[in-house]
Amino acid sequence: MAERAKSIRIDGRKFTFRRGQTILGIAREHGIDIPTLCHHEALEPYGSCRLCVVEVKSGDRTRTMASCVTPAGDGMVVRTSTPGIREIRKTLIMLLLARCPNIESIKAMARKLGVKKVPFPKSDEDCYLCGMCVRACAEIVGVRAIGFAQRGHESVVAPPFGLVSNACIGCGTCTTICPARTFDLDKVFARRGMHRVEGKDGVGRCIICETYYMGG
Amino acid sequence: MSKKAVTKTRSLSVCHGSCCVLAGARDVAAALKAALKENLPGARVKVKKGRCSARCGGGPVVTVEPDGTVYTGVTPGDAAEIVKKHVAGGKVVRRLAAKAKVEPGPIPALGESGFFKDQVLIAMRNRGRIDPDSIDDYIANEGYLGMAKAVTEMKPEQIVAEVKKAGLRGRGGGGFPTGLKWEICRNSPSCDDKYIICNADEGDPGAFMDRSLLESDPHSVIEGMIIGARAIGATRGYVYVREEYPLACDRVIKAIDDARAYGLLGESILKSDFSFDIDVVRGAGAFVCGEETALMASIEGKEGKPRPRPPFPAQSGLWGKPTNVNNVETWANVPPIALRGGAWYASLGTARSKGTKVFSLVGKVKNTGLIEVPMGTTMRQIIFDIGGGVLKDRELKAVQTGGPSGGCIPADMMDIPVDYEELARAGSIMGSGGLIVMDDETCMVDVARYFVEFLEDESCGKCTPCREGITRMREILDRIVEGKGKRGDIELLERLAFTIKEASLCGLGATAPNPVLTTLKYFRDEYEAHIYKKRCPAGVCKALIIYRVVAGKCTGCQRCVRACPVGAISGPRSQPHNLDQDKCIKCGACYEVCKFDAIAGDAIYVE
Repeated sequence: MAERAKSIRIDGRKFTFRRGQTILGIAREHGIDIPTLCHHEALEPYGSCRLCVVEVKSGDRTRTMASCVTPAGDGMVVRTSTPGIREIRKTLIMLLLARCPNIESIKAMARKLGVKKVPFPKSDEDCYLCGMCVRACAEIVGVRAIGFAQRGHESVVAPPFGLVSNACIGCGTCTTICPARTFDLDKVFARRGMHRVEGKDGVGRCIICETYYMGG
Repeated sequence: MSKKAVTKTRSLSVCHGSCCVLAGARDVAAALKAALKENLPGARVKVKKGRCSARCGGGPVVTVEPDGTVYTGVTPGDAAEIVKKHVAGGKVVRRLAAKAKVEPGPIPALGESGFFKDQVLIAMRNRGRIDPDSIDDYIANEGYLGMAKAVTEMKPEQIVAEVKKAGLRGRGGGGFPTGLKWEICRNSPSCDDKYIICNADEGDPGAFMDRSLLESDPHSVIEGMIIGARAIGATRGYVYVREEYPLACDRVIKAIDDARAYGLLGESILKSDFSFDIDVVRGAGAFVCGEETALMASIEGKEGKPRPRPPFPAQSGLWGKPTNVNNVETWANVPPIALRGGAWYASLGTARSKGTKVFSLVGKVKNTGLIEVPMGTTMRQIIFDIGGGVLKDRELKAVQTGGPSGGCIPADMMDIPVDYEELARAGSIMGSGGLIVMDDETCMVDVARYFVEFLEDESCGKCTPCREGITRMREILDRIVEGKGKRGDIELLERLAFTIKEASLCGLGATAPNPVLTTLKYFRDEYEAHIYKKRCPAGVCKALIIYRVVAGKCTGCQRCVRACPVGAISGPRSQPHNLDQDKCIKCGACYEVCKFDAIAGDAIYVE
């Protein structure tokens, strides 16, 4: 006997879904826009920026959930843009804009969400800790050369113990995937104490281990 | 006196909890042994290492058995007197007998003191009675009976049913029904390994019940875990305890070794087909590792950061296997439930919160320490009957419950019965059971700032609202207590609080705004006084208070002149003194030493 197709209602529209699909995945499949800053198609959902929060009614409970990490459930009723949700997104982008006032992707998101003024003192960080570089290094490249160090507001992306990482193969995936795009490869490698690749014609030579790589 | 000493005393139990050890309990025990040897050679009186007596502010504590006399603040110098007068002479040393400050005289026996008599002990059932390092002592006090019954007589489903019937809920703060949690994990698709974890990552400032339980009755936790493992079908358990609790680590490790040696842990427990063993994992002291997904990441050797749920630990927990996490106090409640049945446990407490709860009663209260009372006991009973009232008989202002993520409940709500629902309704949480009593000299904005700063330090930094939002809240609170608060700050705090509460990834963020929200709810006028009038009504925030000498009341005694560390006060004897505001660092030393409170009321005045 064929199982009844499971369905979810998002912003009034009813969709069927496959097992394991997230709310964000279903919404995007059907052209419903939910803003995200830490989500990447090639990476496992992480749920850190929280911009993708939506209101989820399941049974008699209504909760605010991050849509990128919440698996769709049968009979869920999702609203992606209630006044409360918009308020949360605005506050979140204000917080990120105060941290990184000069990053284009943050500024663009702030414009999109209609945030112009920030009620907090501004700093000038060039990283908003979306973790894409760390996750790409672990999940795609599989070397885990970088991770998070420190805690809370002090968190930074760094190689273990802040030392030159022998694990790094200089592939540059971290810089390619970085949505902030404010720093170039050299700067990242220099600051993060990683192998730096120099060279022309697609062949690079690491200045630390002096091995040649493709893609310098 | 005949050669063979005659005495009714059987043992002198010297409390060996952390507080008493720090206060010198080991020296006291040695002195008592020496005094016994000298004064009563041959007498069969034992000096025992006792379980935490829960009079944590009054150590070292010595309990004389069997009469139950409690001596507090005992020094090695008092040993001879106790032995000569009490052990040999049968008379209470009144000078040292524990005094509950509400009672007029010394209290002869443990159970008669106001501090102890209203308590109902289940988790702390062996308080002050057993040697925590002795498995035999534990067994002699009904130890491992509940486990024996669960393993040999009950089916796993029956154990789950009893715990469900008992209505036991998570004592670490969440209040999730324990029986239901076990059932979900038990019914989780079968696989070779299931795990259970004892969460002993206690980190709330002012809460120490988990430490005390592990230090003074480690077998009760181990027994609870064996019963839980049997019910769930787990093969392995972990006790995740913070490294800062060295005594608790040592005792629980010894207890596990002893239990294994007695055949109570390991292969074929009590010759049944059930095998289970426990390991101890020491945490490095991150507050967030008390969150179950962060705790499991830490056991796996990863960064102690929470991950989104679902999947829940009961589906995919430690190393991807079904896992059940319960708090120390929850586990300690399990053996009596297995032994006496769920109905007995459910007869205590309120409609939805059953049994008893251990609270650590601290702050501006006369009797500090650990207390265990039935759920539904009112806050007033706890603070005034058991706690003996506010220190120095000052006015009660608020009680902070549930640790840094909890909230402040104002003095006019002291009649609420304490259970999960009532505390949540008041805007606070049960949390792990910290109760911090605050008097009228406490500034609520400063209190909120303190807790928010704690949480800022302890945020793991993964999600935006918690990492960025709590820091911004702390910045705003900083400027309010420094007298630089602006119009709109309260609204901004509320906006941040809403976002952090709703959007954070884990429980740390979701409850982090509670201290601010509850103080705003009940003490909004204090925030407004700080921001608009630039005054701190409680006289705490240094930037907002001025000390000055009231000329008509100052007798020129010069005590304040001597007390002032920066030489800001001057003036000849018998003449009103002069306080130089430019030099004053507002430490309050002059205010503290001024003797003329009684005569002049406020010779030094806080404005």
